Amino acid sequence: MITFDAVTKRYPDGTVAVDALSLEARTGEITVLVGPSGCGKTTSLRMINRMIDPSEGRILLDGTPVQSVDPPVLRRGIGYVIQQAGLFPHRKVVDNIATVPYLLGWDRKRARGRAMELLERVGLDPGLAERYPFQLSGGQQQRVGVARALAADPPVLLMDEPFSAVDPVVRTSLQDELIRLQAELNKTIVFVTHDIDEAIKLGDQVAVLRVGGTLAQLADPKTLLAEPADDFVREFLGRDRGIRRLQFISTDRLRLRTDLTVAEGGEGHGDEPWLLAVGSDGRPVGWLARGRPGEPEPAGTYRHGRDSMRAALDAALLSPSGHAVAVDEHGKVVGVATRQALDEALTEAADG
Amino acid sequence: MGDGPPSLWEWIARNWDTGRAGSIKDLLGDHLLMSLVPVVAGLALALPLGLACIRWRLLYQPTSALFNVLYALPSLPLFMMLISATGLSPVTVIIPLTFYAMAVLIPAVVDGIGAVPDHVRQSAVAMGFTPLRRLVRVELPIAAPVVIAGLRVVAVSSISLVSVGALIGQGGLGMLFTRAYQNPFLPPVVVGIGLIVLLALVADGLLVLAQRLLTPWERARRAT
Repeated sequence: MITFDAVTKRYPDGTVAVDALSLEARTGEITVLVGPSGCGKTTSLRMINRMIDPSEGRILLDGTPVQSVDPPVLRRGIGYVIQQAGLFPHRKVVDNIATVPYLLGWDRKRARGRAMELLERVGLDPGLAERYPFQLSGGQQQRVGVARALAADPPVLLMDEPFSAVDPVVRTSLQDELIRLQAELNKTIVFVTHDIDEAIKLGDQVAVLRVGGTLAQLADPKTLLAEPADDFVREFLGRDRGIRRLQFISTDRLRLRTDLTVAEGGEGHGDEPWLLAVGSDGRPVGWLARGRPGEPEPAGTYRHGRDSMRAALDAALLSPSGHAVAVDEHGKVVGVATRQALDEALTEAADG
Repeated sequence: MGDGPPSLWEWIARNWDTGRAGSIKDLLGDHLLMSLVPVVAGLALALPLGLACIRWRLLYQPTSALFNVLYALPSLPLFMMLISATGLSPVTVIIPLTFYAMAVLIPAVVDGIGAVPDHVRQSAVAMGFTPLRRLVRVELPIAAPVVIAGLRVVAVSSISLVSVGALIGQGGLGMLFTRAYQNPFLPPVVVGIGLIVLLALVADGLLVLAQRLLTPWERARRAT
Protein backbone atom coordinates (compact mmCIF):
# COMPACT_ATOMS: atom_id res chain seq x y z
CA MET A 1 0.00 0.00 0.00
CA ILE A 2 1.17 3.52 -0.82
CA THR A 3 0.06 6.22 1.57
CA PHE A 4 0.21 9.96 0.89
CA ASP A 5 0.09 11.70 4.26
CA ALA A 6 -0.63 15.42 3.86
CA VAL A 7 1.95 15.75 1.08
CA THR A 8 2.73 19.21 -0.26
CA LYS A 9 5.19 20.17 -2.98
CA ARG A 10 6.06 23.83 -3.15
CA TYR A 11 8.69 25.15 -5.54
CA PRO A 12 11.16 27.93 -4.65
CA ASP A 13 9.22 30.39 -6.86
CA GLY A 14 6.15 29.83 -4.70
CA THR A 15 4.11 27.61 -7.05
CA VAL A 16 2.32 24.85 -5.25
CA ALA A 17 2.22 21.71 -7.38
CA VAL A 18 0.63 19.43 -4.79
CA ASP A 19 -1.31 20.75 -1.83
CA ALA A 20 -1.79 18.65 1.31
CA LEU A 21 -2.60 15.50 -0.61
CA SER A 22 -3.70 12.51 1.43
CA LEU A 23 -4.72 9.27 -0.21
CA GLU A 24 -4.05 5.57 -0.22
CA ALA A 25 -3.21 3.42 -3.23
CA ARG A 26 -4.31 -0.03 -2.14
CA THR A 27 -2.17 -3.11 -2.61
CA GLY A 28 -2.98 -5.10 -5.73
CA GLU A 29 -5.18 -2.39 -7.20
CA ILE A 30 -4.88 0.24 -9.91
CA THR A 31 -5.18 3.75 -8.53
CA VAL A 32 -5.51 6.37 -11.25
CA LEU A 33 -4.52 9.99 -10.69
CA VAL A 34 -6.42 12.07 -13.22
CA GLY A 35 -6.84 15.77 -13.77
CA PRO A 36 -6.11 18.67 -16.10
CA SER A 37 -2.51 19.77 -16.69
CA GLY A 38 -1.11 21.57 -13.69
CA CYS A 39 -2.99 19.43 -11.18
CA GLY A 40 0.21 17.89 -9.84
CA LYS A 41 -0.52 14.31 -10.89
CA THR A 42 2.93 13.61 -12.34
CA THR A 43 4.60 15.42 -9.43
CA SER A 44 2.66 13.21 -7.02
CA LEU A 45 3.73 10.10 -8.90
CA ARG A 46 7.38 11.13 -8.91
CA MET A 47 7.37 11.75 -5.21
CA ILE A 48 6.68 8.05 -4.68
CA ASN A 49 10.06 7.01 -6.12
CA ARG A 50 11.78 10.18 -4.92
CA MET A 51 12.47 11.66 -8.33
CA ILE A 52 10.95 14.66 -6.54
CA ASP A 53 11.02 15.10 -2.78
CA PRO A 54 7.98 16.63 -1.04
CA SER A 55 8.24 19.93 0.81
CA GLU A 56 5.93 18.72 3.57
CA GLY A 57 4.24 15.51 4.55
CA ARG A 58 5.26 11.89 4.11
CA ILE A 59 4.79 9.10 1.61
CA LEU A 60 4.76 5.59 3.03
CA LEU A 61 5.38 2.42 1.09
CA ASP A 62 3.86 -0.41 3.13
CA GLY A 63 4.39 1.69 6.22
CA THR A 64 8.00 2.71 5.51
CA PRO A 65 8.61 6.38 4.70
CA VAL A 66 10.20 6.51 1.23
CA GLN A 67 12.39 9.42 2.40
CA SER A 68 14.28 6.93 4.57
CA VAL A 69 15.41 4.82 1.59
CA ASP A 70 18.37 5.62 -0.68
CA PRO A 71 16.80 6.72 -4.01
CA PRO A 72 18.59 4.25 -6.37
CA VAL A 73 17.73 1.33 -4.05
CA LEU A 74 14.14 2.50 -3.70
CA ARG A 75 13.73 2.93 -7.47
CA ARG A 76 15.04 -0.52 -8.34
CA GLY A 77 12.12 -1.91 -6.36
CA ILE A 78 9.50 0.18 -8.16
CA GLY A 79 8.63 -0.31 -11.82
CA TYR A 80 8.28 2.86 -13.87
CA VAL A 81 6.72 3.40 -17.29
CA ILE A 82 6.69 6.79 -19.03
CA GLN A 83 4.99 8.30 -22.03
CA GLN A 84 7.63 7.90 -24.74
CA ALA A 85 8.68 4.57 -23.19
CA GLY A 86 12.13 6.04 -22.46
CA LEU A 87 13.89 3.02 -23.91
CA PHE A 88 17.67 3.15 -24.24
CA PRO A 89 18.34 3.71 -27.95
CA HIS A 90 21.77 2.06 -27.69
CA ARG A 91 20.62 -1.20 -26.12
CA LYS A 92 18.85 -4.09 -27.77
CA VAL A 93 15.26 -4.76 -26.73
CA VAL A 94 16.26 -7.75 -24.58
CA ASP A 95 18.90 -5.70 -22.75
CA ASN A 96 16.49 -2.83 -22.31
CA ILE A 97 14.06 -5.16 -20.56
CA ALA A 98 16.87 -6.62 -18.44
CA THR A 99 18.03 -3.17 -17.26
CA VAL A 100 16.92 -3.42 -13.63
CA PRO A 101 18.01 -7.06 -13.21
CA TYR A 102 21.47 -5.98 -14.46
CA LEU A 103 21.44 -3.12 -11.93
CA LEU A 104 20.53 -5.61 -9.22
CA GLY A 105 23.55 -7.68 -10.17
CA TRP A 106 21.80 -10.68 -11.75
CA ASP A 107 24.10 -12.63 -14.04
CA ARG A 108 23.63 -11.96 -17.73
CA LYS A 109 22.07 -15.29 -18.57
CA ARG A 110 19.44 -15.13 -15.87
CA ALA A 111 18.61 -11.48 -16.65
CA ARG A 112 18.24 -12.20 -20.37
CA GLY A 113 16.15 -15.31 -19.66
CA ARG A 114 13.81 -13.23 -17.54
CA ALA A 115 13.66 -10.58 -20.28
CA MET A 116 12.66 -13.15 -22.90
CA GLU A 117 9.93 -14.43 -20.61
CA LEU A 118 8.54 -10.91 -20.19
CA LEU A 119 8.75 -10.16 -23.90
CA GLU A 120 6.22 -12.91 -24.48
CA ARG A 121 4.20 -11.96 -21.44
CA VAL A 122 3.49 -8.49 -22.84
CA GLY A 123 2.47 -10.01 -26.16
CA LEU A 124 5.58 -9.40 -28.25
CA ASP A 125 7.31 -11.72 -30.69
CA PRO A 126 10.55 -13.09 -29.14
CA GLY A 127 12.14 -12.37 -32.52
CA LEU A 128 12.15 -8.67 -31.57
CA ALA A 129 14.62 -9.31 -28.73
CA GLU A 130 17.73 -8.57 -30.79
CA ARG A 131 16.35 -5.43 -32.40
CA TYR A 132 17.01 -1.88 -31.31
CA PRO A 133 14.12 0.23 -29.98
CA PHE A 134 13.97 2.51 -33.04
CA GLN A 135 13.18 -0.56 -35.14
CA LEU A 136 9.90 -1.03 -33.23
CA SER A 137 6.53 0.72 -33.62
CA GLY A 138 5.31 3.09 -30.92
CA GLY A 139 2.96 0.48 -29.50
CA GLN A 140 5.68 -2.19 -29.44
CA GLN A 141 8.06 0.23 -27.71
CA GLN A 142 5.45 0.92 -25.07
CA ARG A 143 5.01 -2.83 -24.48
CA VAL A 144 8.78 -3.13 -24.07
CA GLY A 145 8.55 -0.27 -21.57
CA VAL A 146 5.98 -2.23 -19.56
CA ALA A 147 8.09 -5.40 -19.77
CA ARG A 148 11.13 -3.46 -18.56
CA ALA A 149 9.19 -2.09 -15.60
CA LEU A 150 8.14 -5.63 -14.65
CA ALA A 151 11.56 -7.24 -15.13
CA ALA A 152 12.62 -7.42 -11.49
CA ASP A 153 9.07 -8.28 -10.42
CA PRO A 154 8.55 -5.14 -8.31
CA PRO A 155 5.39 -5.09 -6.19
CA VAL A 156 4.70 -1.48 -7.21
CA LEU A 157 4.35 -0.02 -10.70
CA LEU A 158 4.22 3.69 -11.50
CA MET A 159 2.83 4.60 -14.91
CA ASP A 160 3.03 8.19 -16.15
CA GLU A 161 0.68 8.68 -19.11
CA PRO A 162 2.13 5.53 -20.65
CA PHE A 163 -0.37 5.24 -23.48
CA SER A 164 -0.89 8.91 -24.44
CA ALA A 165 1.59 9.00 -27.32
CA VAL A 166 0.12 6.14 -29.37
CA ASP A 167 -2.87 6.14 -31.71
CA PRO A 168 -6.33 5.30 -30.32
CA VAL A 169 -6.46 1.75 -31.68
CA VAL A 170 -3.08 0.84 -30.20
CA ARG A 171 -4.00 2.65 -26.98
CA THR A 172 -7.11 0.52 -26.57
CA SER A 173 -5.15 -2.68 -27.08
CA LEU A 174 -2.46 -1.57 -24.60
CA GLN A 175 -5.15 -0.76 -22.04
CA ASP A 176 -6.77 -4.17 -22.51
CA GLU A 177 -3.34 -5.75 -22.20
CA LEU A 178 -2.70 -3.94 -18.93
CA ILE A 179 -6.04 -5.14 -17.54
CA ARG A 180 -5.15 -8.71 -18.55
CA LEU A 181 -1.64 -8.47 -17.06
CA GLN A 182 -2.93 -6.97 -13.84
CA ALA A 183 -5.39 -9.85 -13.43
CA GLU A 184 -2.37 -12.18 -13.48
CA LEU A 185 0.12 -10.08 -11.54
CA ASN A 186 -1.86 -8.11 -8.95
CA LYS A 187 0.61 -5.26 -8.74
CA THR A 188 0.00 -2.09 -6.79
CA ILE A 189 -0.25 0.35 -9.69
CA VAL A 190 -0.41 4.13 -9.63
CA PHE A 191 -1.40 5.34 -13.07
CA VAL A 192 -1.35 8.97 -14.19
CA THR A 193 -3.48 10.19 -17.08
CA HIS A 194 -5.32 13.28 -18.25
CA ASP A 195 -7.89 11.11 -20.03
CA ILE A 196 -10.93 10.49 -17.84
CA ASP A 197 -12.13 7.63 -20.05
CA GLU A 198 -8.83 5.85 -19.55
CA ALA A 199 -9.08 6.50 -15.80
CA ILE A 200 -12.55 4.99 -15.67
CA LYS A 201 -11.58 2.03 -17.79
CA LEU A 202 -8.45 1.10 -15.84
CA GLY A 203 -8.94 2.34 -12.31
CA ASP A 204 -10.07 0.32 -9.33
CA GLN A 205 -10.18 3.72 -7.75
CA VAL A 206 -9.81 7.11 -9.37
CA ALA A 207 -8.39 10.22 -7.73
CA VAL A 208 -9.53 13.37 -9.50
CA LEU A 209 -7.10 16.24 -8.86
CA ARG A 210 -7.73 19.88 -9.61
CA VAL A 211 -5.28 22.59 -10.67
CA GLY A 212 -3.20 23.55 -7.65
CA GLY A 213 -2.80 19.97 -6.58
CA THR A 214 -5.77 19.33 -4.35
CA LEU A 215 -7.85 16.17 -4.31
CA ALA A 216 -11.34 16.78 -5.66
CA GLN A 217 -12.66 13.24 -5.28
CA LEU A 218 -11.39 9.74 -4.62
CA ALA A 219 -13.83 7.00 -5.57
CA ASP A 220 -14.30 3.87 -7.63
CA PRO A 221 -15.27 4.67 -11.24
CA LYS A 222 -18.92 3.71 -10.85
CA THR A 223 -19.42 5.96 -7.84
CA LEU A 224 -17.50 8.74 -9.57
CA LEU A 225 -19.88 8.68 -12.54
CA ALA A 226 -22.99 8.32 -10.39
CA GLU A 227 -22.10 10.78 -7.64
CA PRO A 228 -19.53 13.39 -8.68
CA ALA A 229 -18.48 15.33 -5.57
CA ASP A 230 -18.82 18.79 -7.09
CA ASP A 231 -19.15 20.84 -10.27
CA PHE A 232 -15.46 20.52 -11.10
CA VAL A 233 -15.61 16.73 -11.10
CA ARG A 234 -18.93 16.76 -12.95
CA GLU A 235 -17.50 19.01 -15.65
CA PHE A 236 -14.29 17.00 -15.87
CA LEU A 237 -16.27 13.79 -16.34
CA GLY A 238 -17.91 15.32 -19.39
CA ARG A 239 -21.40 15.25 -20.81
CA ASP A 240 -22.24 11.62 -21.39
CA ARG A 241 -21.84 10.49 -17.82
CA GLY A 242 -25.12 8.57 -17.94
CA ILE A 243 -24.11 6.59 -21.01
CA ARG A 244 -20.67 5.88 -19.59
CA ARG A 245 -22.18 4.51 -16.38
CA LEU A 246 -23.63 1.76 -18.54
CA GLN A 247 -20.18 0.30 -18.97
CA PHE A 248 -20.35 -0.89 -15.37
CA ILE A 249 -23.63 -2.73 -15.89
CA SER A 250 -23.36 -6.33 -16.98
CA THR A 251 -25.32 -7.81 -19.85
CA ASP A 252 -25.69 -11.08 -17.89
CA ARG A 253 -29.28 -10.45 -17.04
CA LEU A 254 -30.34 -9.09 -20.41
CA ARG A 255 -33.28 -11.16 -21.70
CA LEU A 256 -32.55 -12.74 -25.09
CA ARG A 257 -34.93 -13.96 -27.78
CA THR A 258 -33.91 -16.88 -29.91
CA ASP A 259 -36.88 -16.90 -32.26
CA LEU A 260 -35.74 -13.97 -34.39
CA THR A 261 -33.10 -15.84 -36.37
CA VAL A 262 -33.25 -17.58 -39.69
CA ALA A 263 -30.66 -19.65 -41.54
CA GLU A 264 -28.85 -17.73 -44.29
CA GLY A 265 -30.76 -18.01 -47.56
CA GLY A 266 -33.80 -19.40 -45.70
CA GLU A 267 -37.31 -18.01 -45.84
CA GLY A 268 -38.67 -15.62 -43.25
CA HIS A 269 -41.71 -16.59 -41.23
CA GLY A 270 -44.15 -15.00 -38.82
CA ASP A 271 -44.85 -11.31 -38.82
CA GLU A 272 -41.65 -9.93 -37.23
CA PRO A 273 -40.48 -6.88 -39.23
CA TRP A 274 -36.82 -7.91 -38.99
CA LEU A 275 -35.14 -11.31 -38.87
CA LEU A 276 -31.47 -12.08 -38.34
CA ALA A 277 -29.81 -14.22 -41.00
CA VAL A 278 -27.28 -16.60 -39.44
CA GLY A 279 -24.55 -18.32 -41.46
CA SER A 280 -23.82 -22.02 -41.35
CA ASP A 281 -20.88 -21.25 -39.02
CA GLY A 282 -23.28 -19.71 -36.50
CA ARG A 283 -22.06 -16.16 -37.13
CA PRO A 284 -24.52 -13.32 -37.89
CA VAL A 285 -24.85 -12.41 -41.57
CA GLY A 286 -27.23 -9.45 -41.24
CA TRP A 287 -30.77 -8.27 -40.76
CA LEU A 288 -33.49 -9.06 -43.32
CA ALA A 289 -36.49 -6.77 -43.59
CA ARG A 290 -39.80 -8.58 -44.06
CA GLY A 291 -41.30 -8.03 -47.49
CA ARG A 292 -38.25 -6.16 -48.74
CA PRO A 293 -35.95 -8.62 -50.41
CA GLY A 294 -32.31 -7.60 -50.81
CA GLU A 295 -28.90 -7.83 -49.21
CA PRO A 296 -28.92 -8.38 -45.43
CA GLU A 297 -28.16 -5.16 -43.55
CA PRO A 298 -25.24 -5.09 -41.10
CA ALA A 299 -25.90 -6.21 -37.53
CA GLY A 300 -24.38 -4.67 -34.39
CA THR A 301 -23.09 -7.33 -31.99
CA TYR A 302 -21.90 -7.51 -28.39
CA ARG A 303 -20.40 -10.38 -26.40
CA HIS A 304 -23.13 -11.53 -24.05
CA GLY A 305 -22.14 -11.52 -20.40
CA ARG A 306 -18.70 -10.08 -21.16
CA ASP A 307 -19.42 -6.73 -22.73
CA SER A 308 -21.26 -4.04 -20.78
CA MET A 309 -24.70 -2.58 -21.36
CA ARG A 310 -22.97 0.29 -23.11
CA ALA A 311 -21.74 -2.10 -25.80
CA ALA A 312 -25.17 -3.74 -26.05
CA LEU A 313 -26.89 -0.39 -26.49
CA ASP A 314 -24.30 0.62 -29.04
CA ALA A 315 -24.92 -2.61 -30.95
CA ALA A 316 -28.66 -1.93 -30.96
CA LEU A 317 -28.17 1.58 -32.29
CA LEU A 318 -26.03 0.20 -35.12
CA SER A 319 -28.68 -2.26 -36.26
CA PRO A 320 -31.50 -1.14 -38.56
CA SER A 321 -33.83 -3.32 -36.52
CA GLY A 322 -32.89 -1.56 -33.29
CA HIS A 323 -32.05 -4.93 -31.72
CA ALA A 324 -28.61 -5.96 -30.47
CA VAL A 325 -27.19 -9.30 -31.55
CA ALA A 326 -25.70 -11.29 -28.67
CA VAL A 327 -22.72 -13.44 -29.60
CA ASP A 328 -20.42 -15.74 -27.64
CA GLU A 329 -16.61 -15.69 -27.41
CA HIS A 330 -16.31 -17.19 -30.88
CA GLY A 331 -18.67 -14.71 -32.49
CA LYS A 332 -21.54 -17.18 -32.78
CA VAL A 333 -25.07 -15.90 -32.29
CA VAL A 334 -26.61 -16.81 -28.93
CA GLY A 335 -29.73 -14.65 -29.26
CA VAL A 336 -31.14 -11.21 -29.86
CA ALA A 337 -31.65 -8.50 -27.24
CA THR A 338 -34.68 -6.57 -28.39
CA ARG A 339 -35.42 -2.93 -27.72
CA GLN A 340 -37.89 -3.97 -25.05
CA ALA A 341 -35.30 -6.16 -23.32
CA LEU A 342 -32.75 -3.33 -23.37
CA ASP A 343 -35.34 -0.92 -22.06
CA GLU A 344 -36.18 -3.23 -19.16
CA ALA A 345 -32.50 -3.67 -18.30
CA LEU A 346 -31.91 0.10 -18.44
CA THR A 347 -34.89 0.79 -16.18
CA GLU A 348 -33.61 -1.76 -13.74
CA ALA A 349 -30.13 -0.20 -13.85
CA ALA A 350 -31.51 3.29 -13.26
CA ASP A 351 -33.41 2.05 -10.22
CA GLY A 352 -30.49 0.06 -8.83
CA MET B 1 78.40 9.74 -54.42
CA GLY B 2 79.24 12.22 -57.06
CA ASP B 3 76.76 10.88 -59.61
CA GLY B 4 74.03 13.46 -58.87
CA PRO B 5 71.31 13.52 -56.21
CA PRO B 6 69.98 10.14 -54.98
CA SER B 7 66.55 8.95 -56.11
CA LEU B 8 63.55 9.07 -53.71
CA TRP B 9 63.86 5.41 -52.73
CA GLU B 10 67.60 5.61 -52.27
CA TRP B 11 67.12 8.64 -50.04
CA ILE B 12 64.48 6.87 -47.94
CA ALA B 13 66.63 3.77 -47.56
CA ARG B 14 69.62 5.83 -46.58
CA ASN B 15 67.77 8.00 -44.06
CA TRP B 16 65.15 5.62 -42.64
CA ASP B 17 67.12 4.47 -39.63
CA THR B 18 70.50 6.11 -39.33
CA GLY B 19 70.73 5.50 -35.59
CA ARG B 20 71.21 9.27 -35.16
CA ALA B 21 68.57 11.85 -34.22
CA GLY B 22 66.70 13.07 -37.29
CA SER B 23 66.28 9.73 -39.07
CA ILE B 24 62.87 9.33 -40.73
CA LYS B 25 61.92 6.63 -38.24
CA ASP B 26 62.84 8.94 -35.40
CA LEU B 27 60.86 11.85 -36.79
CA LEU B 28 57.86 9.58 -37.35
CA GLY B 29 57.97 8.53 -33.70
CA ASP B 30 58.23 12.17 -32.54
CA HIS B 31 55.37 13.12 -34.82
CA LEU B 32 53.14 10.38 -33.49
CA LEU B 33 53.89 11.34 -29.89
CA MET B 34 53.35 15.06 -30.41
CA SER B 35 50.11 14.63 -32.35
CA LEU B 36 48.45 11.84 -30.37
CA VAL B 37 49.24 12.99 -26.83
CA PRO B 38 47.20 16.18 -27.42
CA VAL B 39 44.26 14.10 -28.72
CA VAL B 40 44.25 11.81 -25.69
CA ALA B 41 44.98 14.59 -23.20
CA GLY B 42 42.41 16.83 -24.91
CA LEU B 43 39.74 14.15 -24.53
CA ALA B 44 40.72 13.43 -20.93
CA LEU B 45 40.40 17.14 -20.07
CA ALA B 46 37.39 17.91 -22.27
CA LEU B 47 35.27 15.17 -20.67
CA PRO B 48 35.26 16.54 -17.09
CA LEU B 49 35.14 20.14 -18.34
CA GLY B 50 32.27 19.35 -20.69
CA LEU B 51 30.41 17.56 -17.91
CA ALA B 52 30.99 20.52 -15.61
CA CYS B 53 29.57 22.80 -18.32
CA ILE B 54 26.46 20.61 -18.48
CA ARG B 55 26.12 20.53 -14.71
CA TRP B 56 26.65 24.28 -14.33
CA ARG B 57 25.23 25.80 -17.53
CA LEU B 58 26.72 29.23 -16.72
CA LEU B 59 30.23 27.82 -17.22
CA TYR B 60 29.66 26.86 -20.82
CA GLN B 61 29.64 30.28 -22.50
CA PRO B 62 32.87 31.58 -20.87
CA THR B 63 34.61 28.21 -21.30
CA SER B 64 33.78 27.89 -24.96
CA ALA B 65 34.66 31.55 -25.55
CA LEU B 66 38.06 31.05 -23.91
CA PHE B 67 38.86 27.96 -25.97
CA ASN B 68 37.62 29.56 -29.16
CA VAL B 69 40.01 32.46 -28.60
CA LEU B 70 42.85 30.00 -27.97
CA TYR B 71 41.83 28.18 -31.13
CA ALA B 72 41.97 31.45 -33.07
CA LEU B 73 45.55 32.16 -31.99
CA PRO B 74 48.03 31.02 -34.63
CA SER B 75 50.12 28.11 -33.44
CA LEU B 76 53.54 29.61 -34.13
CA PRO B 77 53.30 32.57 -31.70
CA LEU B 78 51.87 30.16 -29.11
CA PHE B 79 54.90 27.93 -29.52
CA MET B 80 57.16 30.99 -29.19
CA MET B 81 55.39 32.13 -26.01
CA LEU B 82 55.72 28.73 -24.43
CA ILE B 83 59.42 28.36 -25.19
CA SER B 84 60.25 30.54 -22.17
CA ALA B 85 58.35 28.11 -19.93
CA THR B 86 58.89 24.72 -21.48
CA GLY B 87 61.94 25.27 -23.67
CA LEU B 88 62.59 23.64 -26.99
CA SER B 89 60.88 20.39 -26.07
CA PRO B 90 57.94 18.41 -27.48
CA VAL B 91 55.83 19.73 -24.57
CA THR B 92 55.96 23.18 -26.20
CA VAL B 93 54.10 21.72 -29.18
CA ILE B 94 51.87 19.38 -27.19
CA ILE B 95 50.35 22.07 -24.97
CA PRO B 96 48.86 24.31 -27.70
CA LEU B 97 47.65 21.31 -29.65
CA THR B 98 45.91 20.04 -26.50
CA PHE B 99 44.11 23.38 -26.24
CA TYR B 100 43.02 23.10 -29.88
CA ALA B 101 41.73 19.60 -29.21
CA MET B 102 39.78 20.84 -26.20
CA ALA B 103 38.27 23.68 -28.24
CA VAL B 104 36.70 21.05 -30.51
CA LEU B 105 35.99 18.33 -27.94
CA ILE B 106 34.33 20.36 -25.17
CA PRO B 107 31.41 21.37 -27.45
CA ALA B 108 31.31 17.79 -28.77
CA VAL B 109 30.91 16.42 -25.23
CA VAL B 110 28.33 19.07 -24.32
CA ASP B 111 26.32 18.58 -27.54
CA GLY B 112 26.63 14.79 -27.47
CA ILE B 113 25.35 14.45 -23.92
CA GLY B 114 22.86 17.24 -24.51
CA ALA B 115 21.40 15.12 -27.32
CA VAL B 116 20.41 12.34 -24.92
CA PRO B 117 16.60 12.54 -24.97
CA ASP B 118 15.15 13.73 -21.69
CA HIS B 119 12.78 10.77 -21.42
CA VAL B 120 15.76 8.41 -21.71
CA ARG B 121 17.60 10.20 -18.92
CA GLN B 122 14.44 10.29 -16.79
CA SER B 123 13.80 6.62 -17.21
CA ALA B 124 17.41 5.82 -16.26
CA VAL B 125 16.93 7.80 -13.06
CA ALA B 126 13.58 6.15 -12.40
CA MET B 127 15.04 2.67 -12.76
CA GLY B 128 17.64 3.31 -10.11
CA PHE B 129 20.84 4.21 -11.98
CA THR B 130 23.32 6.08 -9.78
CA PRO B 131 24.56 9.30 -11.43
CA LEU B 132 27.97 7.79 -12.31
CA ARG B 133 26.49 4.63 -13.74
CA ARG B 134 23.98 6.66 -15.73
CA LEU B 135 26.84 8.68 -17.21
CA VAL B 136 28.94 5.66 -18.13
CA ARG B 137 26.20 3.28 -19.25
CA VAL B 138 23.64 5.61 -20.79
CA GLU B 139 24.79 9.15 -21.50
CA LEU B 140 28.34 8.57 -22.77
CA PRO B 141 27.38 5.69 -25.10
CA ILE B 142 24.59 7.79 -26.61
CA ALA B 143 26.98 10.75 -26.91
CA ALA B 144 29.74 8.57 -28.42
CA PRO B 145 29.01 9.22 -32.14
CA VAL B 146 29.21 13.01 -31.67
CA VAL B 147 32.34 12.79 -29.51
CA ILE B 148 34.04 10.42 -31.95
CA ALA B 149 33.19 12.75 -34.84
CA GLY B 150 34.99 15.48 -32.89
CA LEU B 151 37.93 13.17 -32.23
CA ARG B 152 38.31 12.51 -35.96
CA VAL B 153 38.63 16.23 -36.69
CA VAL B 154 41.03 16.69 -33.79
CA ALA B 155 43.24 13.71 -34.71
CA VAL B 156 43.68 14.79 -38.32
CA SER B 157 44.26 18.47 -37.57
CA SER B 158 46.66 17.60 -34.78
CA ILE B 159 48.70 15.34 -37.07
CA SER B 160 48.87 18.12 -39.64
CA LEU B 161 49.66 20.95 -37.17
CA VAL B 162 52.63 19.24 -35.51
CA SER B 163 54.73 20.06 -38.56
CA VAL B 164 54.53 23.79 -37.73
CA GLY B 165 56.63 22.94 -34.69
CA ALA B 166 59.52 22.43 -37.07
CA LEU B 167 60.05 26.20 -36.92
CA ILE B 168 61.09 25.83 -33.29
CA GLY B 169 62.90 22.59 -33.99
CA GLN B 170 60.13 20.29 -32.74
CA GLY B 171 58.12 19.38 -35.79
CA GLY B 172 58.34 15.64 -36.15
CA LEU B 173 58.06 14.90 -39.85
CA GLY B 174 57.78 18.65 -40.36
CA MET B 175 61.54 18.77 -39.87
CA LEU B 176 61.82 17.27 -43.34
CA PHE B 177 60.23 20.41 -44.83
CA THR B 178 62.58 22.88 -43.13
CA ARG B 179 65.53 20.73 -44.18
CA ALA B 180 64.35 20.77 -47.78
CA TYR B 181 63.85 24.53 -47.64
CA GLN B 182 67.41 25.13 -46.50
CA ASN B 183 68.80 22.86 -49.16
CA PRO B 184 66.43 22.61 -52.12
CA PHE B 185 65.93 18.90 -52.52
CA LEU B 186 62.60 17.18 -53.20
CA PRO B 187 62.60 13.68 -51.62
CA PRO B 188 62.29 14.82 -47.93
CA VAL B 189 59.24 16.95 -48.83
CA VAL B 190 57.56 14.06 -50.62
CA VAL B 191 58.32 11.68 -47.76
CA GLY B 192 57.12 14.22 -45.15
CA ILE B 193 53.81 14.91 -46.90
CA GLY B 194 53.30 11.25 -47.72
CA LEU B 195 53.84 10.04 -44.19
CA ILE B 196 51.70 12.80 -42.63
CA VAL B 197 48.81 12.01 -44.96
CA LEU B 198 49.27 8.32 -44.28
CA LEU B 199 49.27 8.90 -40.51
CA ALA B 200 46.11 10.98 -40.77
CA LEU B 201 44.37 8.31 -42.84
CA VAL B 202 45.37 5.55 -40.42
CA ALA B 203 44.27 7.56 -37.36
CA ASP B 204 40.96 8.42 -39.00
CA GLY B 205 40.43 4.82 -40.08
CA LEU B 206 41.07 3.55 -36.56
CA LEU B 207 38.55 6.03 -35.15
CA VAL B 208 35.93 4.98 -37.70
CA LEU B 209 36.58 1.37 -36.72
CA ALA B 210 36.29 2.26 -33.03
CA GLN B 211 33.00 3.97 -33.71
CA ARG B 212 31.66 0.90 -35.52
CA LEU B 213 32.61 -1.34 -32.62
CA LEU B 214 31.40 1.04 -29.90
CA THR B 215 28.10 2.06 -31.46
CA PRO B 216 26.60 -0.95 -33.25
CA TRP B 217 23.09 0.56 -32.96
CA GLU B 218 24.12 3.46 -35.19
CA ARG B 219 25.00 1.03 -37.95
CA ALA B 220 21.61 -0.65 -37.57
CA ARG B 221 20.00 2.78 -37.84
CA ARG B 222 21.86 3.66 -41.01
CA ALA B 223 20.89 0.33 -42.52
CA THR B 224 17.18 1.17 -42.26
